[in-house]
Amino acid sequence: MSNSQKRILMAKTGLDGHWRGPTIVARALRDAGFEVIMIGMANTDDIVRAAVDEDVDLVGLNIGGHIDVAIRAINAVNEARPTLPVFAGGTVAPHAKKQLEALGVEVYPPGSQLADIVEAAERLTGAGASA
Amino acid sequence: MTGIPDLVEAAAGGERHALARLLSIAERGDSRVLEIEDLIAPLVGRAWIIGITGPPGAGKSTLINGLLPLAQKADGRAAVVAVDPSSPFSDGAILGDRVRMQGGQYGADVFIRSMASRGAAGGLARAASTSVRLFDAAGWPVVIIETLGIGQVELDIMNLADTVLVVLNPGWGDSFQANKAGLTEAADIFVINKADRQGVEQTRMDLLDSLTLLPSGQRPPILETVATTGQGMEELWSAIEGHRARVLSDGNLQALRDTRRRRIVHKTIRDQLTQVVDELLDSAAAEELLAGATLGELEISSTVQKLLAMMAASPGTRQQP
Repeated sequence: MSNSQKRILMAKTGLDGHWRGPTIVARALRDAGFEVIMIGMANTDDIVRAAVDEDVDLVGLNIGGHIDVAIRAINAVNEARPTLPVFAGGTVAPHAKKQLEALGVEVYPPGSQLADIVEAAERLTGAGASA
Repeated sequence: MTGIPDLVEAAAGGERHALARLLSIAERGDSRVLEIEDLIAPLVGRAWIIGITGPPGAGKSTLINGLLPLAQKADGRAAVVAVDPSSPFSDGAILGDRVRMQGGQYGADVFIRSMASRGAAGGLARAASTSVRLFDAAGWPVVIIETLGIGQVELDIMNLADTVLVVLNPGWGDSFQANKAGLTEAADIFVINKADRQGVEQTRMDLLDSLTLLPSGQRPPILETVATTGQGMEELWSAIEGHRARVLSDGNLQALRDTRRRRIVHKTIRDQLTQVVDELLDSAAAEELLAGATLGELEISSTVQKLLAMMAASPGTRQQP
């Protein structure tokens, strides 16, 4: 019940059609009681606008393609909503993971456990605390 | 934390995140909703509210995607409230309507808000009516509400929208289905979407059949669209504008809206009572009483009487958070 009013934006920064990862993560978050707003493939403006208009508590980025695109999106989100946490998954190379972590973004690369992702969502949104 | 009056002022001044935060507060449904309603009351009544309803998968979101550019052309800006179902198991939700309504072509002139139904049964979220008025108060001239995929009776939309579109597909039902009460009665405009599929003519005939008893001037138009290609969208937008012009020229818009507001008050009271009942049923005292159910000792009518007595004895409304 405590997760039920927390909203998470799930966006894809890549232009490929790899929906499976974000869909499975969205399902796990849904089953943990989160409201997950899907926007699919999106450019930086779309992501920022959705993060603001949907008043989400957390942004999940599925990163495909070039890491610079994701970093641009993260910086833009940080600028629009400075206290909004972002976490990321997808095909992230080790050096890219470091770059993301330097921006305060937790990264869950392929092979991560769904339970860990759900736990991170709960921690980052403070879902457990504010029932 | 910013107070409600400051947020309302900022939202009315065009600040998007202030409006977004008010929408979230409306969704939580506590007593602050009443404060919001009081503050925005002088600001509302200008927006035209378009409701889109129909069964799951009929193409409601895609239709909105096709209507948005036309709404933008006609009125400059448009807001969307899109409701998707909450899980009855986890309370979670996947809100996917935005996936069909993007492409970056809208920019800042479109405000889409996804909303989970959070247990509401009428095809909308409980916060839908306050949300629509928030957009109205913030100066959005057109608000499009998409309901859940609905069946035959989840028709809260008709108390909220000025123009109701009922979206169906070829092969939907038959003339008996169309003559049943509920869904087809709520339409101001019928849309047969996915009209490139077989069975369009039959569905049109079935709908026409259900309308024969209405005076000819009051029969809702039946439009055909293929939302994915944009086919029929201009005609649909014209039909919406036609309906709007008719309602405005009839001069009874205020009366219509007053009737709907009255129904919303009724519904709000029922919702509040439901919350009181839910809290009672979650209480330790009720749990103790209900524990007999697992032992097969529960007398249904006497248990209900005891629970009702407990409710009457409790303070009634819930505390402010």
